[in-house]
Amino acid sequence: MSISEQARAELAELAGRYPVARSALLPMLHLVQSEEGYVSPEGIAACAETLGLSTAEVAAVSTFYTMYKRRPAGKHHVGVCTNTLCALLGGDAVWEAVRERAGADHDEVSPDGLFDLERIECQAACTHAPVMTVDWEFFDRTTPAQAVEVLDRLAAGEEVRSTRGPVVRGFRAAERTISGIDDDGLAGDGPNADDLMLATLHAAAERGVGPADGGPAAPSAAVEGRPQA
Amino acid sequence: MTLTPVLTAHWDEADSHTIGGYRRHGGYEQVARGFELGPDALIQMVKDSGLRGRGGAGFPTGMKWGFVPQGDGKPHYLVVNADESEPGACKDIPLMLANPHALVEGCILTSYAIRANWAFIYVRGEVPHVHRRLRAAVREAYAAGYLGRNIMGSGFDLELVVHAGAGAYICGEETALLDSLEGRRGQPRLKPPFPAVAGLYASPTVVNNVETIANVPYIVRNGAEWLTQWGTEKSPGFKLMSVSGHVRRPGVYEVALGTTMRQLLEYAGGMRHGGEPKFWLPGGSSVPMLTAEHLDLPLTYEDMAAAGTMLGTATPMVFDDTVSVVKAITRWLDFYKHESCGKCTPCREGTGWIAGTLHRFEAGQGTEAELGMLEELCAQIMGRSFCALGDAAATPFPAALTHFRSEWLAATHTPADQAFDPVAATVLAAGATR
Ligand SMILES: Cc1cc2nc3c(=O)[nH]c(=O)nc-3n(C[C@H](O)[C@H](O)[C@H](O)COP(=O)(O)O)c2cc1C
Ligand code: SF4
Ligand code: FES
Repeated sequence: MSISEQARAELAELAGRYPVARSALLPMLHLVQSEEGYVSPEGIAACAETLGLSTAEVAAVSTFYTMYKRRPAGKHHVGVCTNTLCALLGGDAVWEAVRERAGADHDEVSPDGLFDLERIECQAACTHAPVMTVDWEFFDRTTPAQAVEVLDRLAAGEEVRSTRGPVVRGFRAAERTISGIDDDGLAGDGPNADDLMLATLHAAAERGVGPADGGPAAPSAAVEGRPQA
Repeated sequence: MTLTPVLTAHWDEADSHTIGGYRRHGGYEQVARGFELGPDALIQMVKDSGLRGRGGAGFPTGMKWGFVPQGDGKPHYLVVNADESEPGACKDIPLMLANPHALVEGCILTSYAIRANWAFIYVRGEVPHVHRRLRAAVREAYAAGYLGRNIMGSGFDLELVVHAGAGAYICGEETALLDSLEGRRGQPRLKPPFPAVAGLYASPTVVNNVETIANVPYIVRNGAEWLTQWGTEKSPGFKLMSVSGHVRRPGVYEVALGTTMRQLLEYAGGMRHGGEPKFWLPGGSSVPMLTAEHLDLPLTYEDMAAAGTMLGTATPMVFDDTVSVVKAITRWLDFYKHESCGKCTPCREGTGWIAGTLHRFEAGQGTEAELGMLEELCAQIMGRSFCALGDAAATPFPAALTHFRSEWLAATHTPADQAFDPVAATVLAAGATR
């Protein structure tokens, strides 16, 4: 495929955000993935041209990082954390179920092109173990059955929401968001914090402990969304 | 009481991630106060508070800021380490989802203190929702005049860029992070020179963890003394401690430093089946494991060091007796092997050797001689690698052997999955409280 004029302009826009343009290379490669579905030779060339680097220099960078795909990715990226904590708490079983459902293994795309499977490392969500990600949106505390259901629903074209709010939109859309080129309008989706992230406040409420931040307390009734006692 | 809802104080309000929610509780009021105090007084205040870095090493923050040469005519930079990838650590991600403006206000105050006009937040790539929340917060802060040129008429300019990584644990190491932020392969640099002298673009740079920087507005608001009301002389303040594993209520607990694991377990509802943990790690997979014997030790830098481990990220992972130590350690070594950047031989070759040998133990095919060989290998890597990832890779096994030798001996004849039913360890197992 070839990189569109608009995409070239966006690559240049990313480069313009830094005091030294080359700093934009990682976001630029994310944008290339959203355009091309992987880090294509054309995408590498466009980055090299924008930054005044050789294609070999850009390729050397892109191959260092696991998020960059060297072959066309499936429609949805599916990651299962199999680092120790998730693995033991059920991640290994989730991975087996996902692998069987998709008919693909680690770093492979399912025969129908829908799912791109990856055993992933710790996602900073161990409190929510075991975790799966689809297009890098979290599916917290996932069971094998729930994981398979998510894949089934995506295969059926249904809308699927991450347990943290945002709708799953495909690998390319996720890569565009990660590149930071523009606002996808989803920042407000989902709660600020789920029950596990609110553990401090739950434990504090049970023990009658108030805020310790030293700030002005707002009358809680005036605060929209605070659960009323 | 050791629960200290500071950073977490308002996460139960639906708009805590927005500028409106943040300002309702006094957010951004410290920017003007910081400008009044001036850069040197801010650095002194953070020094006096005793705040130590929350990224794992616990380096005194004010001292680090003080290393930045002043009047050197070079641009200075602030780089926030939001790469959170240490197995077990899950505190910066929730913080950025629920209270991103504390980080933004902290960036403004810190940049002003170290005289930086550019700040970067390097967020691991795999978390788009965090990117959204953080970018939205930065947009709001620009619109409100807290970022950009001549902030609030002070003459101080600051550009704040949210940057995306692309999947590499090593990029959490501060010098690898800087290379990555320069658009290169994320491999560590030789130290010295330290980043404070020659960091981003070879200019003076402060690299701090998300939670470290988010502490700053609260210290400026309440004063240096305020922080020292919690913790110990060497470990003052409070800490976001994510508790994960076989506890009834895993989650993020914000507590005073010096809180014990036993107290944390009580907050977390205890072990899922009652009783005590088989083993636990106070701060990530890169610190030596502890056992039930150590539940009453204060979680401070100094007490953990005295017990032969480290506080690290202070994000305990807790395992009960359904877990095979051999299997747990083997999986962690798979991780280090995968994440070794390949720059130096002890780590690149050593992690492969250790992981390969551990897999034989997991399959019940280790030999007693190999236990000694593994110890020897770890000792060879420790202190001989180019960066701390190598040391981290050499850390899990020796402690596990010390505490659970009989289990390693059993792994010379019985596979881990036979000795320990893998289903019993999962949260799906009977008796799991969910
Ligand atoms: C392999 C490795 C990974 C690291 N990952 C992180 C990380 O994800 N976040 C972090 O803040 N510090 C991480 N660190 C520590 C940083 O190198 C550095 O000490 C820290 O960002 C300094 O900030 P602080 O003083 O505020 O703690 C890591 C270190 C190593 C060796
Ligand atoms: S210790 Fe490992 S991660 Fe660090 S420089 Fe050497 S090979 Fe790279
Ligand atoms: S081990 Fe899976 S998210 Fe941390």
